[in-house]
Amino acid sequence: MSRLFRHRGAACGAAIVVLLAAVALFAPWLAPHDPDAMRLGENLRPPSWAHPFGTDSLGRDVLSQVMFGARISLVVGGVSVGLALLGGVPIGLAAGFAGGWLDRITMRLVDILVSFPTILLAIIVITIFGPGLRNAMLAIGIAQVPLYARLTRGAVLRVKALDYVLAARASGARESRILWRHVVPNCLPPLLVQSTLFFATSILSAAYLGFLGLGAQPPTAEWGTMLSKARDFLRVAPHVSIFPGLTIMVTVVGLNLLGDGLRDVLDPRTRAA
Amino acid sequence: MIWRRILARLIAGVPALLVVTVLVFAIVRLIPGDPARILAGDFATDQMVRELRERWQLDRPLPVQYAAYLGGLLHGDLGRSTATSLPVAADLGERFLRTLQLATAAIVIGVLVGGLAGILGATRRASMVDYLATVVSLVGVSTPIFWSGLILILLFSVRLEWLPAGGTGGLAHLVLPAVSLGLFGAGVIARQTRSSMLEVLGEEFVRTARSKGLAERIVIYKHALRNALIPIVTVVGDQFGRLLGGAILTETVFSWPGMGRYLIEAIAMRDYPVIQAIILVFAACFFVINLIVDISYGLVDPRVRAE
Repeated sequence: MSRLFRHRGAACGAAIVVLLAAVALFAPWLAPHDPDAMRLGENLRPPSWAHPFGTDSLGRDVLSQVMFGARISLVVGGVSVGLALLGGVPIGLAAGFAGGWLDRITMRLVDILVSFPTILLAIIVITIFGPGLRNAMLAIGIAQVPLYARLTRGAVLRVKALDYVLAARASGARESRILWRHVVPNCLPPLLVQSTLFFATSILSAAYLGFLGLGAQPPTAEWGTMLSKARDFLRVAPHVSIFPGLTIMVTVVGLNLLGDGLRDVLDPRTRAA
Repeated sequence: MIWRRILARLIAGVPALLVVTVLVFAIVRLIPGDPARILAGDFATDQMVRELRERWQLDRPLPVQYAAYLGGLLHGDLGRSTATSLPVAADLGERFLRTLQLATAAIVIGVLVGGLAGILGATRRASMVDYLATVVSLVGVSTPIFWSGLILILLFSVRLEWLPAGGTGGLAHLVLPAVSLGLFGAGVIARQTRSSMLEVLGEEFVRTARSKGLAERIVIYKHALRNALIPIVTVVGDQFGRLLGGAILTETVFSWPGMGRYLIEAIAMRDYPVIQAIILVFAACFFVINLIVDISYGLVDPRVRAE
């Protein structure tokens, strides 16, 4: 833990993530205005003291919308990473631990799906279930299942070959005990690192779906959805596009820094010399 | 020799392509409702639905339906768009070329910018240049693809009025979308190039080359870079695929009439034959990219060729 704090990138990333979480949690108290309150006489106003990020085409306060949007993004990130873990880890564990034909067939399928970009897989799932925020979370989660399956399997194979697993088996431990006591705990560090990075991908994907009109629907203050509307006023009111986009970027930078830092600390093999 | 290798890879890829056709076939069946009605579109007459049901055997068991679907595909029949009632294949060709044009321009920018940033970062480690390259590549991978597009439009077409904000025409129309998409790829390519160069620069043969008195330029580009290429080529291939996916967003921002925008339009119109066809074409692209990456391993590293 202390190594993590000494890692400059990770500390920076953690600070951004904590700040974002705080904003999301305390949005109702921190936000200067009601994010949904429309002021038609005051639309597309540039940034000012009353509206630091300006107002959008319906006169809503952009800062307040961005703050409440943080809640949506964090929930999307959490739910979709959770779904991907729930779906992908058991598949990877089963394939890696069982080996044989089960492993071969699963991994062929996973390889095919991994060659698809996350956003395209998510769009395919949305095509089946229909647009909306809930389905977007589901779609992003499902789209990342193959990645988790592959990652978990890789970790299992690495751990399985280690001496202490062989020693456990030689001393007569049951397979299920080996799996839960020895293999699973040692697969957690790479999964934690990837989950941080996938959290970033999920937030980006949700914004992409929102922007394309396939995710959260207006007037929900989701960052991507806000931008799809703001885009129409790019020439007259660029601030409505700039601030939500900047927020997404900073958030994703923070998560990436944290993920890279965690990798450096938890995974000595790839630690930057 | 190389042709045999390509042929072998093509044959090995057939099951993968079949799996994709099963997935695409399944999409329409997973949507609640009668597939014939779904494929015929919202405005189809009963007569049209009946014809479609007969043509694609939609009242028969799923394996028969799939056989009919696959048979159609093998004859180049991707179905008809429910919006225009024209064959999908005819519409898709030009849009596919547009997307290919955009993604190719983007990957070239990504390789040039990312590769250079990675090499500079690795050779001048811990310098200002390295630091800057690292920050830029981090920002590159973290910036939403559509947002970098909006910002470029704001800067170069609204403020400076140098370049068009969208649509097609000459090369000028390609610049902003390609840069916007390319910078996204550049970040990942820069990271991989840097770490893979760093690894190689620490090897004995690089020290040997240096101690022979070779110019640093030759050591880096001829000795080190060539040996660092395999992981870089893998990432470039992977990024090319991601950029094709990212093109869905870039095309929307820049009103670029490619396959990605077509996909979004088709989803909005619930034009399922078009959606199915576009996903298939995307999958075929990823397959071809993987093939090219595989072949270039042999070009990059003679040891792979010998296997």
